[in-house]
Amino acid sequence: MKDDFEKLLDQQPEKEPEPQERPALRDIPVREELVPRTVTAPDGQEIRIDPLQDYYCQAGPTVQTPAYTRIIEDLFNWARAESLWILGFGTGCGAIEMRPLMTPRFDAYRYGIQWRPTPRQANLLVISGYLSVKTLKRAIRSYEQMQNPKYVVGLGSCTINGGMYWDSYNTIKRLDDYLPVDLYITGCMPRPEALLQGFDDLKKLIRAGKAEGANKYAENFERYKTNQKRVIKDWDMPDYSW
Amino acid sequence: MQTLISQLQTRFQLSEFILQRDNLAFVTVTREQLRPLLLHLRDKEGFTHLVLLTAVDWIEDNIFQLTYLLGDRTAGCDIGVRLMLPRDVASMDSIHDLWPTAATYQRELREMFGIDFPESPRVDEDFILEGWTDLPPYRRDFDTLKYSQESYVDRLGRETKDPAAYMKLKLYPDEDNDG
Repeated sequence: MKDDFEKLLDQQPEKEPEPQERPALRDIPVREELVPRTVTAPDGQEIRIDPLQDYYCQAGPTVQTPAYTRIIEDLFNWARAESLWILGFGTGCGAIEMRPLMTPRFDAYRYGIQWRPTPRQANLLVISGYLSVKTLKRAIRSYEQMQNPKYVVGLGSCTINGGMYWDSYNTIKRLDDYLPVDLYITGCMPRPEALLQGFDDLKKLIRAGKAEGANKYAENFERYKTNQKRVIKDWDMPDYSW
Repeated sequence: MQTLISQLQTRFQLSEFILQRDNLAFVTVTREQLRPLLLHLRDKEGFTHLVLLTAVDWIEDNIFQLTYLLGDRTAGCDIGVRLMLPRDVASMDSIHDLWPTAATYQRELREMFGIDFPESPRVDEDFILEGWTDLPPYRRDFDTLKYSQESYVDRLGRETKDPAAYMKLKLYPDEDNDG
């Protein structure tokens, strides 16, 4: 069954229909703090500031090459698999299922899984349920701020095909168009047991060296950005923020 | 409630009240009647709570209906004041000076229905949607399914099966499954 799913995932890029660009009824103004401007420094010097260019690093993501021998890479992968630190970012109703996992009843901490408050400290982004376009913008920025090695898990049917939000005007339908997903956990909502099973599967993928989402993101950066900008109409952030 | 209704009717020349329950009544007013009526209800009759301000899109009649629901917390009764607006020039006077919370409702109505409330605080800013460029999504002429199909890519393989026929096919594959 899993192989079928992987085949389905592999097939899709060729067949996928290109969404039509809808003509915009109104233009979106750039936020005031992001408009290029000239400021006068205390010593009288005039400085030209373009916030989107000057405040952020422009370098894109890079592919992380594996270690020089297989045995070292396996050691790294073992270490990575044993410390999954989840970004505490609940995007939809699925975030509710993460709470029992943190507490003694299901206790995910015994598997080396824990939740962290900031993207810099985490290496696993769990998209927990439906993702509106507004939240997608935040999820992209959070993902890009996470440090390598990093993984994405899509939780619930909403991230797979839109779920019950399949006809919603404001909810994306396929998470892997916008972020590199390493693993999906099905269900609406998946129970905490299913999540534990999913994390276990993710560990196996990492140990086998197959959880290459971050590298996929770096390799297909242009395609991901095109897809992201197609739905996020008020794109007012740098292309890559880390 | 009945005495209040008859008092209001003589005072403001209102049309017929619709008594939904013993403690809930609706009345439709004109644009000029709305503000004095709301002020009177709030200051004199104890309807101090703006429960909600919402809109209905009667696309067939080409009107928007605004509903101001006021609550009297001590007596436990509500009055809904309805107001009809032409759909093509949807604009209404703001009541944010009567209830500050109305500003939030008005921002939402501006974004979701495109009903304008000039002079309401921050009414032109994005509220829930960010960077929305299409028709306001709660208008009934906005086709959410079409928009979703044009904007977001479907995952191939999504199909729906009739549960009864599918179970029959799975459980009894040898039988005739045409009917």
